[in-house]
Amino acid sequence: MSVRRLAEKQPPGFAFTPANLEWAKAQMAKYPTGRQQSAVIPILWRAQEQAGGWLPQKAIEAVAELLGMAKIRVLEIATFYTMFNLAPVGRHHVQLCGTTPCMLRGADALKKVLHRMIGEQDHVSADGAFSWTEVECLGACVNAPMVQINADYYEDLTAETLARILNDLSAGKRPKPGPQIDRQFSAPAGGETTLTDPSLYGGNGQSASKPAADATDPGRQ
Amino acid sequence: MLADKDRIFRNLYGRHDWGLAGARARGAWDNTKAILEKGRDAIVNEVKASGQRGRGGAGFPTGLKWSFMPKQSDGRPSYLVVNADESEPGTCKDREIMRHDPHLLVEGCLIAGCAMGANTCYIYVRGEFIREREHVEAAIAQAYEARLIGKNNIHGFDFDIIVHHGAGAYICGEETALLESLEGKKGMPRLKPPFPANMGLYGCPTTVNNVETIAQVPDIMRRGPAWFAGIGRQNNTGTKLFCISGHVERPCNVEEQMGIPLRELIEKHAGGVRGGWNNLLAVIPGGSSMPLVPAGVDQADTLLMDFDGCRDKKTSLGTAAVIVMDKSADIVRAMARISYFYKHESCGQCTPCREGMGWMWRVLNRMAEGHAHRREIDMLWEVTTQIEGHTICAFGDGAAWPVQGLLRHFRPEIERRIDQYTANSDVEGVLDPPVPEAAE
Repeated sequence: MSVRRLAEKQPPGFAFTPANLEWAKAQMAKYPTGRQQSAVIPILWRAQEQAGGWLPQKAIEAVAELLGMAKIRVLEIATFYTMFNLAPVGRHHVQLCGTTPCMLRGADALKKVLHRMIGEQDHVSADGAFSWTEVECLGACVNAPMVQINADYYEDLTAETLARILNDLSAGKRPKPGPQIDRQFSAPAGGETTLTDPSLYGGNGQSASKPAADATDPGRQ
Repeated sequence: MLADKDRIFRNLYGRHDWGLAGARARGAWDNTKAILEKGRDAIVNEVKASGQRGRGGAGFPTGLKWSFMPKQSDGRPSYLVVNADESEPGTCKDREIMRHDPHLLVEGCLIAGCAMGANTCYIYVRGEFIREREHVEAAIAQAYEARLIGKNNIHGFDFDIIVHHGAGAYICGEETALLESLEGKKGMPRLKPPFPANMGLYGCPTTVNNVETIAQVPDIMRRGPAWFAGIGRQNNTGTKLFCISGHVERPCNVEEQMGIPLRELIEKHAGGVRGGWNNLLAVIPGGSSMPLVPAGVDQADTLLMDFDGCRDKKTSLGTAAVIVMDKSADIVRAMARISYFYKHESCGQCTPCREGMGWMWRVLNRMAEGHAHRREIDMLWEVTTQIEGHTICAFGDGAAWPVQGLLRHFRPEIERRIDQYTANSDVEGVLDPPVPEAAE
């Protein structure tokens, strides 16, 4: 368990934007009648996005009111799930995976880069652009070491490539997510050892489909 | 080696279109109606005959699990819940299915739902997988649009799929904690019984299956149980996604047959252990919850990667996430980091786990330095046995086993560090502080 408390400095109020309120009501309708509480995590997540990447106390209370839940029930969810940030974060919030598979492949070197370029863990840089925190396994272990910046995974990092990504973000560029070495997603670097006969599988090698318009990360990228 | 034509995950590396058109070109959604028309008993029997065991870690036979669902409804609906809360350190296989072949999962949900009489399915995706969730949601939208699922769909079995997500709690991968989380509560595991097949989501009959398990089902039904059962060994049939991470030349995910020797798996697909096979120190074959296997003729050299093969070496296949450590690895520190993971992720419900995780981590951290007593090694072992089996869920076991694996195989290394530290230390009393440290 980790000790997680609300930030001392809190904004005075929180209200969902009309669009987010409508979205939240649609989430509640996904679950059976009387079970709208099920939508608490997605709605808290949307509240966090609206509030700039963290959950103020007033946002937690607004979600409780919306769902007809006791405030303490929503508060305990906000403190239990570690993706809810209880204090402000930078516009680019870097989550560094430090668990053993990433550690074995050099997560400690990345930690030094973050220390040098952003500063202390869980603190927002002076310009409000960056913050970083060490998290537990992010589930991209064959592409270790890696970080998640907002919604995107940056994989197969070295100290140099991570520094480059941070510089690019700082310059307003959008670095390409995914593996930062010449590699097809989770296939072995240097070429696949399986699935090498394209005639067996159809498809033309193009990714034609795009995600639905309702992307989960509005205004954060 | 498994032939390319026998692979289920034909777009594992995302070379091709992950959408409906691409999935159809690779064989998905081909006459699914004929599969559903066999009826639920026939589907369950065919999955039983295939010998498929759950791919989420415990290896429970899938068909048997489905057969526990009530045949006649007592008024309550039945639910299928897909566990896509993949967070076991070392494991990253479900992620590839969700982002590169989500239609295998969607079609599998429909077939599994039909087999257990569930008209509603929830897919619980871990919160960090934002892009992956977008792909699953888009695939479901495509399936609705093509009337493959939904009310009055072309298959004649009403079926709704709802995507839900978590927010960064490892424990929500435990099936009852997942159900609690899905109900909008803290993810704290429930006591069993009652089992989910009787009282699960919203108090209704529920079956929770792993993503890979469900995504394999369409191919099993289409190619026949005999095809699946013909791959691998008895009781360990079929193909499996292996995630090879750590100190190998080229870490990767790969689909292989069950029972493939560890050495062949690593050398064929991951380019071998860094510095050659003889440079291997130890391997964790099934995700961080499983005991490690050290290098050696009767250990890692002869390890067969399936449920029984791993059991023979006193470990378990788990999620088939192979974490390789070569001789440059600091084994005690690596295991201490795993202990830190469990300390961080304990839900805090059961005392042995909540208190024990931090205790084990602190002791292991000291042992990594050598700053400990030899007698503490036995004490640590004793504590792991006090945690194992004394908690509501298997999290306690999963945290105790890796420590036991370390003590079983690397005790001399810990003793060496302790002796070295003691020899170099001229400060008296450092190991016996007059005031014991509090637990937290």
